[in-house]
Amino acid sequence: MTPRSDWRGFCAVIAAMLVVMFGLPQVTGLFGLVQATVFIAMAMVALSQGFIWGFGGIMSFGQSAFFGLGGYTYAVAVLNMGDSSLPLVFAVVLPAVFAALLGYFMFYGRISDAYVGVITLTVTVILFNVMNSTAGDIYHIGNAPLGGFNGMPSIPPLNMPGDASAALDPEQFYYVCMGLLIAVYAMLRWLLTTRFGRVTVAIRENETRAMLLGYDPRLYKLIVFTIGGGIAGLAGCLFTNWGGFISPTVFGLSQSAQIIIFVLVGGLGTLIGPILGAVAIEFVISVIGTQQTLNADLILGVVLVVFVLLVPQGVVPVLRHAVQSLTQRRRRVPVGAAKEARS
Amino acid sequence: MTVPLLQTSGLTMRFGGVTAVDSVDFSLAEVELRCLIGPNGAGKSTFFKMLTGQLVPSAGSISFRGHDTTGAQTHEIARLGIGIKTQVPNVFNGLSVFENVYIAAIRTNPPKRARMIVEEVLGRTGLTDIAFRIVGQLAHGQRQWVEISAVLAQEPDLILLDEPAAGMTYEEVVRTSELIREINRAQALIVVEHDMQFIRMIARTVTVFHQGRILVEDSVDAVLNNQAVRDVYLGKQAA
Repeated sequence: MTPRSDWRGFCAVIAAMLVVMFGLPQVTGLFGLVQATVFIAMAMVALSQGFIWGFGGIMSFGQSAFFGLGGYTYAVAVLNMGDSSLPLVFAVVLPAVFAALLGYFMFYGRISDAYVGVITLTVTVILFNVMNSTAGDIYHIGNAPLGGFNGMPSIPPLNMPGDASAALDPEQFYYVCMGLLIAVYAMLRWLLTTRFGRVTVAIRENETRAMLLGYDPRLYKLIVFTIGGGIAGLAGCLFTNWGGFISPTVFGLSQSAQIIIFVLVGGLGTLIGPILGAVAIEFVISVIGTQQTLNADLILGVVLVVFVLLVPQGVVPVLRHAVQSLTQRRRRVPVGAAKEARS
Repeated sequence: MTVPLLQTSGLTMRFGGVTAVDSVDFSLAEVELRCLIGPNGAGKSTFFKMLTGQLVPSAGSISFRGHDTTGAQTHEIARLGIGIKTQVPNVFNGLSVFENVYIAAIRTNPPKRARMIVEEVLGRTGLTDIAFRIVGQLAHGQRQWVEISAVLAQEPDLILLDEPAAGMTYEEVVRTSELIREINRAQALIVVEHDMQFIRMIARTVTVFHQGRILVEDSVDAVLNNQAVRDVYLGKQAA
């Protein structure tokens, strides 16, 4: 794709996201906005998975580990500190540091791609079990009881920076979430146009060639994985804020599976795909939740099977291809017509 | 005596009980063009992979301009100024021809200069017209040239080519040989090759490998007329 059409696509996506950001509150009530907010948190973690998997070529089954760590970090820090500004920063930094440590051992240990999947999956299972067994008064960090399988209730929401008494109301929080999603999306798009981003994509295409050209793939993968961990942590922080609650289920296997399904449905190798995939699937799940006949996990499984079999590239690449071939045909027609007119 | 560009001494590679390369002493001067030939299993590819850091030698040492590179990582060896084209084309299949070469040029150059290098290299290899095609969709010979272009864009002092003419048509082989001669005006090359016609087109000095050792090292005509070489290699082909 040419840089110019890339730039146009980027502007169109940002414009569309801004329209949604300011348009949604006009057409829906508070309930709709609150629901949209959790979709955005899920879209954020899907974005992190789409970035490291679709562009870094790193198959992580454990993005939920960083998501959950972000959530717990925020919860523990805000219960201890009161003001939410630093806890928000911690919720990004701590998962990123954890991802960097884990990534260092995986990539510098030259572990093959399949085992990266196994290890990340194992890590999230370990975290699930650890947090699950922290019930009881002896498990607390500072003033924050960890709560074990019961989770941590009444976590204070984000407040205006520096003023712990001025908590954000749900509508303000919605704007913060959507703004952060747009910012992270724009940052990743920018990153992919830099030398770092282009080399990262090249490494995904052929690691040996990248090495033969003098690049160290281990370092690039480590940085990508670390960025992905930080974004997933931010998503976890938003999710915890949304419900004022976090429990070990954030580390659960169904959570990790869902994130992968978001990316597969939306489209691997795009950034907007995972966002749309997350929103669409979360929407479907919430609709299914209003009735009793069909189980949400069952539907999710069917969706996954249908997509893997029928639309393996995901929705966005298929649509993009369709639009491109349409516009090319439209361009070609006048040329042919002109030739006919001349003859 | 001046320091050779590339030197190996006692270079040995054992796989279990098999000694694929057996204490090879090899030396290459600045801006030299050298061909490595030998029958299958002679140890050429193993030798090549040790030079590029894809294999770590069991014994012996490799040095580049007097700088020891034994056991260094592939990317570290590349950074010293060694460009490598592997036997099976290693290219970025999902990216355009331009991007493939740009990634090579951008490692040491600012973007503007990198773009200039890419345009110049694509002009030399004749790929300008297909610069924005996706490499995965190109014919085998063209993909070989994409890889050679990427290697050139690194601006290395030594270029290692493993069977550059494999799978090319006769016209493509001729063009590749011309390109190699042109590259050799400023850069040293080591070419591993099977195709004797191709060797005749490019070679000056030829090193013949046999059973993990250097059998002969001489000018191309002398090597092709050498009885021992005919017996182990050419004789078999003629039969």
